[in-house]
Amino acid sequence: MTLKTNMGSAKAGELLTATRWMQVIAVVLFSVFFLGAGDDFEARFNTLGHKKLICVCGCNQILLECNHVGCTYSDRMRNELIAAVQRGDSDDLVLQAFVQKYGPIVLAAPTTTGFNRIAWIMPFAVLLAGFAFAGMIVLSWKNKPLLSPGTPGAGGQLEEFKEQARRETEL
Amino acid sequence: MPYFGSFALLCALALSLYCLVVGAISLLRENPASQRLTETARRAGIATFIAVAAAAAALLWSAFHDDFSVAYILHHSNRDLPIPYKFAVLWSGQEGSLLFWSLLLGAYGFVLRLRHKVDIRLTAYASVILAGVQVFFLLLLNFAAKPFALMQGEIPPDGNGLNPLLQYPEMVIHPPMLYLGYVGMSVPFAFALGALIMRYPGEKWIHITRRWTMVTWMFLTCGIFLGSHWAYYVLGWGGYWGWDPVENASLLPWLTATAFLHSVMMQEKRGMMKVWNVWLIFATFMLSILGTFLTRSGVISSVHAFAQSSIGDWFLIFLAIIFAVCLFFFVKNRSHLKSEHRLESLVSRESSFLFNNLLLLASCFAVLWGTFFPILSEWVTGNKITVGSPFYNHVNVPIALLLLLLTATGPLLAWRRTSFASLRRNFTIPTVAAVATAGALMIGGMKPRQDVSYFYSLMAISLSVMVTVTIVSEFLRGARVIRGHTGRNLFSSVLQLWRRNTRRYGGYIVHFGVAVAVIGLAGSVFNQTQEKEMGNGDSLQIGKYTLVCRSYTQDDNANFGSASAIIDVFKNGHPLVTMYPERRFFKSSQQANTLPSVHSSLFEDLYLVYAGHNDTTDHPIITAHVNPLVGWFWAGWLILVLGTLLALVPNEAAVKVTQPVPARATAPEVSMAQTTGAGD
Repeated sequence: MTLKTNMGSAKAGELLTATRWMQVIAVVLFSVFFLGAGDDFEARFNTLGHKKLICVCGCNQILLECNHVGCTYSDRMRNELIAAVQRGDSDDLVLQAFVQKYGPIVLAAPTTTGFNRIAWIMPFAVLLAGFAFAGMIVLSWKNKPLLSPGTPGAGGQLEEFKEQARRETEL
Repeated sequence: MPYFGSFALLCALALSLYCLVVGAISLLRENPASQRLTETARRAGIATFIAVAAAAAALLWSAFHDDFSVAYILHHSNRDLPIPYKFAVLWSGQEGSLLFWSLLLGAYGFVLRLRHKVDIRLTAYASVILAGVQVFFLLLLNFAAKPFALMQGEIPPDGNGLNPLLQYPEMVIHPPMLYLGYVGMSVPFAFALGALIMRYPGEKWIHITRRWTMVTWMFLTCGIFLGSHWAYYVLGWGGYWGWDPVENASLLPWLTATAFLHSVMMQEKRGMMKVWNVWLIFATFMLSILGTFLTRSGVISSVHAFAQSSIGDWFLIFLAIIFAVCLFFFVKNRSHLKSEHRLESLVSRESSFLFNNLLLLASCFAVLWGTFFPILSEWVTGNKITVGSPFYNHVNVPIALLLLLLTATGPLLAWRRTSFASLRRNFTIPTVAAVATAGALMIGGMKPRQDVSYFYSLMAISLSVMVTVTIVSEFLRGARVIRGHTGRNLFSSVLQLWRRNTRRYGGYIVHFGVAVAVIGLAGSVFNQTQEKEMGNGDSLQIGKYTLVCRSYTQDDNANFGSASAIIDVFKNGHPLVTMYPERRFFKSSQQANTLPSVHSSLFEDLYLVYAGHNDTTDHPIITAHVNPLVGWFWAGWLILVLGTLLALVPNEAAVKVTQPVPARATAPEVSMAQTTGAGD
């Protein structure tokens, strides 16, 4: 009984240490994440030009990365972007102006409104569905386990199980 | 020679049809005569390769002899094209690249049919399936995309020349590598489908195809990396991956093949995931065909795509046939694919493989979805939209980070189930290393809240360190046990450890390569760009570098004219290097392209582009990029290839399997295996 209690307290001690470790890791990660928070408004031109807009000359490249020799669009579009940012237009306003002039194809990624919202939802929905499906299968397997070697009826398969053990534990 | 080439292609079609039809008939019959028929079908398959090789040789002969009566040669070559690029003519256009596909398929089939004694019946099935694929490509070459079509009317004195973007040494290697990967996926597909059709007992077919799959995966990996390397050094936009639809097309089969290489271990070790594996290899092959369709159909606009043509329909029909055949035999013989075991715990090696597969497939779906979404959106809303790199980065980076986490944790989990004590023992050091790395990066000035890309970069580097520490600890743990038993030094013990299970420890090197490449990718978040018109003596400041234009010059040869700038580079005020960004104008094709000048170091690349020319001032316009950690991306690739080669070496135990081993001598090995972890 005493031994059991000691083992129990040892286990509890192990769990406590593990919990404390987890807490320490969580605190460190949290503080690491929130250190250095700040905004950089000067980067608006680069953000819009590198992440939001593409060159519409047909090369499909990001606006500030278009290096097409003889491209008749990218220089003009860059100048328009510089002018808009210097005027102090908001990001939305800049993007709206570009869409009005060049069409929705000028945006580097689908918008998060209307039908195009599906573009963003589907990959994660599929991933979550995959995880849910796998989880359901695992749970159903756990509820209906296969016969183990010690189960009556499985004795004749001893050699097979030995072979399996060898296969599964080979270095 | 064009007539010889056309005749060779016709012969190849007849031979592959014979291999397909007679081979299939012989497999349906069970008598001695059918064995002789099977043998004739096999020989016809071998002869197909010889006929296709003769056709390819005829096309190259026409290129080397400037035979512009052949329309393909006229459109893709010219008299002054340097000799190495004459070889590239074979895959630079639609008809030639299809012939190249067929040639490689014939070569793979040739090797497979020569090695038929590994398993005569299974190889016969695989041979017939490969012949079916070959028939499709030869039908295209004979009737829809003829490489030996002749010019009508007067023959021009010189050809249009090779696309300037392809006139780069890597272009002689990159497409063959990619095609070796694409086409090579036909072999595991043929074996998997053959095994399913004949209800092949056991997992021997997986052992037979294991090396095929790994080798073709390595070729595909090399093809993708070489393509990135070419894009970086030739296209001149400062990056190496732009999520172009054709780049995506090469990534799709790579992702499913990577998933297969992992999940197949569960089938080998535990007899699990048989249905999953069969469909993974089917999907990999179909995605290879889809990639070929994407480049030829014109349904997606891409900088890589060939001109729109009707052969896109051929590929769609072929894809539908493949899917129907796979589905039919799956439904017919699915009882043969029942799992022998079940997952016992969510915290086990099996579950890590399962989740690794789910993540890889989710990433594959995201890329496929993004590639085709513009078509779907236009169909539904009537508006044409763009799905560019911001979409793929937003969707794929979180998935990739989860995959990296699994790469770090999976090898530490035991088969069947893992105890809490084992988790704590194995995970403490890698976790502490990852957290310490994150902390050090933060102290070093990385601000994860400033932009989500900085947060991703921080996580990617920290998790890569975690992967590395995991791998090192796995090697050390195994090597220590061997050292304890044999008294060898640590290096020798590590070598011995690898020799005992080359796939497992070669695989760890591959993981290490991935971690290094991910660190390289993470560096791209901190890229800097500056652009300036630079006359003599003008300077440009970017990061720690000062660029001074010494002069600019022009040159001319038979193939192209060029303009280049001579830029002296100073780092922190000290002279570093002189760089020569260049722009070329190819005379035959009347096309221009840029050749960036790159100075690489361990931590960053200085990348200069001759972006343009101001006609008013006559000054060149120079774009300068500072790209951190790009070298790590290439180094990661080399490590990854090295790891795959190490994994392909046969195990020491397998080498000695023909020699009788005393029972006593094996006992310590078992205990060592148990101590150092269980299998792959």
